[in-house]
Amino acid sequence: MKRLLIACLLGAAVGLGLVGAARAAIDTYEFKDEVERERFRSLTEELRCPKCQNQNIADSNAPIATDLRREIYRMLDDGRSDKEIVDFLVMRYGDFVMYKPPLDSRTWLLWYGPFGLLGLGAIVLCVLVLRRRKVEKAPAQVALSKAERERLDALLKENRDTQD
Amino acid sequence: MKRLILLLPLALFLGVAVFLYRGLFLNPQELPSVLIDKPLPAFSLPDLKDEQRLITEKDLKGPALVNVWATWCPTCKAEHQMLNQLAKAGVVIHGVNYKDDSVAARQWLKDYLDPYQVNVADPQGSLGINLGVYGAPETFLIDAQGIIRHKYVGAIDERVWREELAPRYQALLESKP
Repeated sequence: MKRLLIACLLGAAVGLGLVGAARAAIDTYEFKDEVERERFRSLTEELRCPKCQNQNIADSNAPIATDLRREIYRMLDDGRSDKEIVDFLVMRYGDFVMYKPPLDSRTWLLWYGPFGLLGLGAIVLCVLVLRRRKVEKAPAQVALSKAERERLDALLKENRDTQD
Repeated sequence: MKRLILLLPLALFLGVAVFLYRGLFLNPQELPSVLIDKPLPAFSLPDLKDEQRLITEKDLKGPALVNVWATWCPTCKAEHQMLNQLAKAGVVIHGVNYKDDSVAARQWLKDYLDPYQVNVADPQGSLGINLGVYGAPETFLIDAQGIIRHKYVGAIDERVWREELAPRYQALLESKP
C-alpha cells in the first residue's frame, strides 16, 4: 500500500514537471514587470482564437493565435490599455473574439433572457400554488344541488349493485 | 383555454426544435466579416514580383477580387486553377501573399501560372491581421473605390463563383461610373 502511494506521488511529480516544461516552451515573451505579465495572461485567456474556435488565444497552437499573441504583446509593450487592445481585435475579427459578449440591442436577450425565464418560472409556480390552495379549501364549502345529489346516489347505488 | 395551456410545452419544443434544426446547417467556422462596407486597410508593403517597389491600398484597383493566398496552404492550390480561369475570362484579381516565403511564392506563380494583376507580399501577416484573416484562402470583393463589399472564406470553385461572387462582381462592374 505504502509502495503504491509512493509510486502515485512520483507519477504526479513527473507529470507536473512535464506540464511546467511545456508551459515554459510556449512562454517566450519578456515582460517589463509582473503586472504586464498578468495583463498579457488575462487578455490572451479572455480572447478567442478565430481559427480554432473553442480555444482562447493563450491555449491555441494555430498560427493565427501565435500572431495575435505577438500582436497583443507588441501593443502591451507600446503601453496601450486593455480596452484599446480588445477594440483593436474586435475591429478586425468582430465581437466573436470576445468570450464575454458586449451588452447591446442584439445581445440583450442573451444577457437578460435567463432572468426573464426565472421570473416567468416564479410566476407560474405562484399561480399553481395559489390555485392548489383554493382547491384544497373549496370542497368543504361546496354543496351539491338537488339534481346532483340524486345523480350521485344513483351512481353509488349502481356501483354497489355491480359489486354484489 | 385549459386545453391550450396543455399545448404550450409542445409549442415550446417545436420552437426550440426549429432553431436547433436550422443550427445543423449553419457553418460555425464562418465568421461574418466586420470589414464589409469599409475601405481596405491602409498598408505599404513590397510587390511580390519586384520587392524594391512598395504597394499601397491605392494600387489595388477595383472592382476586383483580393485573394489571400500562400504556398503552404493546400486549399489555395485547389482553387488556383479556378483563379486562372477567372483571370482568363477577364476578372480582375489581386493577391496578398500571406506569411509566405517570397522565393517559393514566385516559383509557384511560374509553375502554376499567375492570375494576379498586383501581388502584395505580406510575410509578417500584418496586412492579414488588419484584414481579419484567420486562415487562407480568403477572398475579398472590393469596389471601384476600394471599399470591401463581400468576403468569402475557403476555396473558390465553380459553384461559389456562380452563386456567391459573380453576381456581386457583375453588379459592381455595372455601377462603376
